[in-house]
Amino acid sequence: MAHTAHTVKRYRGLMDWLTTVDHKKIGVLYLIAGALFFGIGGIEAILIRIQLIKPMNDFVDPQTFNELITMHGTTMIFLGVMPIIFALMNAIVPLQIGARDVAFPFLNSLGFWTFFFGGLLLNLSWLIGGVPDAGWTSYVPLSSTEYSPHHGVDFYTLGLQISGIGTLIGGINFLATIINMRAPGMSFMRMPMFTWASFITSALILFAFPAVTVGLVLLTFDRLFGGNFFYIPNGGSIVLWQHIFWIFGHPEVYILILPAFGIISDVISTFSRKRLFGYSSMVFATVLIGFLGFMVWAHHMFTVGLGPVANALFSIATMLIAVPTGIKIFNWLFTMWGGSIKFTAANLYAVGFIPTFVMGGVTGVMLASAPADFQFHDTYFVVAHFHYVIVGGLVLGLFSGLHYWWPKMFGRVLAEGLGKATFWMFYIGFQLTFFVQHFLGLTGMPRRVVTYLPNQGFDTMNLISTVGAIMMGIGVLMFLYNIVITSRKPANASNDPWEDGRTLEWTIPSPPPEYNFKQTPLVRGYDAWWKEKMDGNTEMKPAEPIGSIHMPSPSILPFFMSIGLFIAGLGFMFAKDEFGSGIVGFLFNNYIISGLGLLITFGCMFLRSVIDDHGYHIEKEELEDKGVKA
Amino acid sequence: MSASAHHAEEHWPHEPEKATLEGRNKVLGFWLFLGGESVLFGTLFATFLALRDQVGDGPTAAELFKLPMVAAATMILLVSSLTSVFAVQALHRKDVKAMLNWLIVTVILGFGFLALEIYEFVEYIHEGHTFTTSAFSSAFYTLVGFHGAHVAFGVAWITILIVQIFKKGLNFVTAPKIYVSAIYWHFIDVVWVFIFTVVYLMGKVG
Amino acid sequence: MKRLLPLFAGLVLLLSACGRADLSALNPQGPVAEKQFGLMQLSIIIMTLVVIVVFAICFYVVVRYRRKPGQNDIPKQVEGSHKLEIIWTVIPIILLIILAVPTLKYVFAFAEDYSKDKEAVKVNVTSHQYWWEFEYPELGVRTAQDLVIPVGKKIAINLKTQDVLHSFWVPALAGKMDTNPEGNKNKMFFETAKENVYRGKCAELCGPSHAFMDFKVKAVSEATFTAWVSEMKAEPKPFVGDAAVGEKFKTSCLSCHAVENAGSLGPNLKGIGARESVGGILLNRDNADEAIDQGKLEKNLHDWIADPDKLKPGNKMHKIPLTDTELDQIVDYLANYKLDSLKTVNKQ
Repeated sequence: MAHTAHTVKRYRGLMDWLTTVDHKKIGVLYLIAGALFFGIGGIEAILIRIQLIKPMNDFVDPQTFNELITMHGTTMIFLGVMPIIFALMNAIVPLQIGARDVAFPFLNSLGFWTFFFGGLLLNLSWLIGGVPDAGWTSYVPLSSTEYSPHHGVDFYTLGLQISGIGTLIGGINFLATIINMRAPGMSFMRMPMFTWASFITSALILFAFPAVTVGLVLLTFDRLFGGNFFYIPNGGSIVLWQHIFWIFGHPEVYILILPAFGIISDVISTFSRKRLFGYSSMVFATVLIGFLGFMVWAHHMFTVGLGPVANALFSIATMLIAVPTGIKIFNWLFTMWGGSIKFTAANLYAVGFIPTFVMGGVTGVMLASAPADFQFHDTYFVVAHFHYVIVGGLVLGLFSGLHYWWPKMFGRVLAEGLGKATFWMFYIGFQLTFFVQHFLGLTGMPRRVVTYLPNQGFDTMNLISTVGAIMMGIGVLMFLYNIVITSRKPANASNDPWEDGRTLEWTIPSPPPEYNFKQTPLVRGYDAWWKEKMDGNTEMKPAEPIGSIHMPSPSILPFFMSIGLFIAGLGFMFAKDEFGSGIVGFLFNNYIISGLGLLITFGCMFLRSVIDDHGYHIEKEELEDKGVKA
Repeated sequence: MSASAHHAEEHWPHEPEKATLEGRNKVLGFWLFLGGESVLFGTLFATFLALRDQVGDGPTAAELFKLPMVAAATMILLVSSLTSVFAVQALHRKDVKAMLNWLIVTVILGFGFLALEIYEFVEYIHEGHTFTTSAFSSAFYTLVGFHGAHVAFGVAWITILIVQIFKKGLNFVTAPKIYVSAIYWHFIDVVWVFIFTVVYLMGKVG
Repeated sequence: MKRLLPLFAGLVLLLSACGRADLSALNPQGPVAEKQFGLMQLSIIIMTLVVIVVFAICFYVVVRYRRKPGQNDIPKQVEGSHKLEIIWTVIPIILLIILAVPTLKYVFAFAEDYSKDKEAVKVNVTSHQYWWEFEYPELGVRTAQDLVIPVGKKIAINLKTQDVLHSFWVPALAGKMDTNPEGNKNKMFFETAKENVYRGKCAELCGPSHAFMDFKVKAVSEATFTAWVSEMKAEPKPFVGDAAVGEKFKTSCLSCHAVENAGSLGPNLKGIGARESVGGILLNRDNADEAIDQGKLEKNLHDWIADPDKLKPGNKMHKIPLTDTELDQIVDYLANYKLDSLKTVNKQ
């Protein structure tokens, strides 16, 4: 059965992208979609900052402002940075563990498309039927139909449920990939830090996302079907929503930051030409942070009134996280200590990350002290804190990772000079934007305010903040320009363009062939490629002879399954609306549209179950052909 | 990998579901998925526990629940878990006929459970316990309904697998499918045991 | 370490000079806020220490170990160092313990319940979209927007909301607490020794006019407070002006507002001419050193009644159709509804 020739389905152009199950191409899709949503979230941020540039400004009206802050937070976290993390995980993790593919190529594609259509549904709210306006936390009762009667919050709940399914699938895929697909010799304690971070992040996704899915389902039921989960007159509870949201929401913070830790570890080690200092304690710290991340959610709720015992416990638990995080910081510093540090753009971002992240970390410890948090909570101090962590931590990490792995993903090194200029523009802009916000909060400015009265000592700091935000915007545009000019250059990056590569992705061509490794490599130690280089080898020892490689077939089913969910989401949302046209009303009001959507999704699942995917083979001769060309 | 699959067809290993890398991935991935499902049901249980006393004007749990019928449903589901174990044992022996028979029994029992549950829900609605009655009723229908939807999905899934086995026979592609569907079935059985305890018994007692 | 001490002292000095005395958490005016500020100072000192150490190492490493042109050696590959790793595990733990001890102490101290304390002034705070209702249950007084308190006494606060979640925050006096619906009501307390008008804010997103949900805490002497209470319990001031306008005022305004000590859909209007603001956001004076500006007060009332939704989108007060005469007379009545007890503190 296995060797009978199957017709190889190879699509070209758009169809190729819609049907691909190749993790490297899915990585590119994640990158494009992530950049799109990051851009939308960024524009929202600039609009927010323009509104706040001076007191009593009326650049946007208060309702629009609430929509902007809600969509900025939601978009950036769920649809902006998460997919860029997934882009790098897809592009790099299989290469770092010496795998030809991920464990579930089909599900990988499904994960991307559900994420994408969920995000699309959420952002469609700008065009139809009202925009979410209850904050990215959507606390009830503000997010109930009583106080937010338009469809905004429905877009939020349904969009995030659909995109959350995609994220969950992605998480499971990477867990299984890292557990099952490692090359011979690649033991857990030889895995590069980025792979470790992706592993822990995926585990956090697995245990955190179902919780928020339930929360969103309950809110959907309340809003669309008259449920009473959060409706106080019928016995609902408002604190329940906050618990469910934050039991997901806090691990989510670590879902975001751990991959950045991984990227920074790899980049700093590479450009210091030094082994990562304290590798085992780094792994241990990552695992511990992931574990503690589930124990601290109520520190977002100190002012809710949980009582002193709960506040005390969650204060202490939160402070504990500083210990493994501190271990990481010092390990990075001592990786550089005694090294030979080369300041490429990627490394500038990585080194710039350290002090910035420390700032975010120490304000985090300050926030952990519940009695003091009564003053910090819901002020600009908190805004400054989490932007130091998410932008100063994660986004700098992502820029670092993108510069570092760009040649591996696309075969072209991003322009270094422009990259460094971009770093300074973005970095200085960042510090200007957010440093002053600490003091805004401490001197009495609450967050999420559309404007502020003059003469409260807020004016200058807000002006500085807005100028900084515009600089960050320019920085992002410079990065995009860098991508454009780089894409015009020939794709001639070598296997190991930084020359100091330490891990397996630098042993194969840039960009890698669809099967990644012609022969699965044999891993003989931590920093597998560096070890071979130091032993005087120019390539990895293969773990197998050259042979026929089995590849999975592309499939359009994930695309349609996701469209089905998208249609079903719209169908449920508008099922109780009145329509001008009778036929449209009939279709929506009788749940025909939502039924149709679900039918498409389950139909595709059925097809996937009954149609066997035999895949196709890349034969030995073809491999050797390419070998000569490379 | 396919080459080894081809080779291995000749003898049927002890764990045929893990004979290929695809099979191993599927089994592992499915266990991970069930980890996520546990959090999902855990959150639903937490919600139910938080809201179970908020009955408003509606009937309380003690007034509502009829244990004999629920106990019958519980027995049916427990037995179906046992029959799916028999199916997997037959799978390991490569006894296709026995496996299909046990799977069919499992599906029938699953239908029986669903029928009882639907009957129960209709009964409750007649007694004025609808989804919108109170926070308790919303939480009850969501938790038990989510489980019921899982059972319905499992019934449909195993039915499709039975048809597939008829058409394609038992091999290293279909074996992992049967195996993971059995894990799934056990999982929803375990969830039901918790529902029976937390929702029904605790509801009846206090 | 010794050399760093003046630096810290300077830092703390710098911090406490930050912001308005009636608004900033860095400029505490009462024991609760002072203790919170003390905790902040402690954490800021510890964290500054950490930041200095990390920045110093980072700066040193980046300068000292940068790759020079032509340099192509392979540095020594160090696996790690148990000694160092223990150091940077243990020192943070010690620093955290130093912070954790006062944290625990104040967590429990701030949870103290003064609602049964005979000496304390009890206030039931109810938040609405987008205004604050203050009820003094033991004194039989109800007011809105300006919380009048006596200096030197504990103020025991009961918090709840009438609609969505809000959060009660007077940075200069105490940290915030959320106002929740029935079932999750919160308590808090604070006090101040200094007479002043402190700015309070809503600190939980509550709808489009979240930013406009300011209130004031007016701390006055005990004698003034007693006088204020008896004045608030007296009969309301009768409407001055045409009888027809008075009727209009009754049907249009008093259908939602009250001038008695009764609960009402909208803010209580008793003594509104002695308040710090109109609608919480239109200030009648910038700070307590100035006198309340009668012209500003009248203009604010005018603007507010003419178009409430423009100033506070989403609030429940509709634009009331009034003729110019009606508007003028109603504004005149309200602006001159003063309280003798507050004359001195309002500098009127």
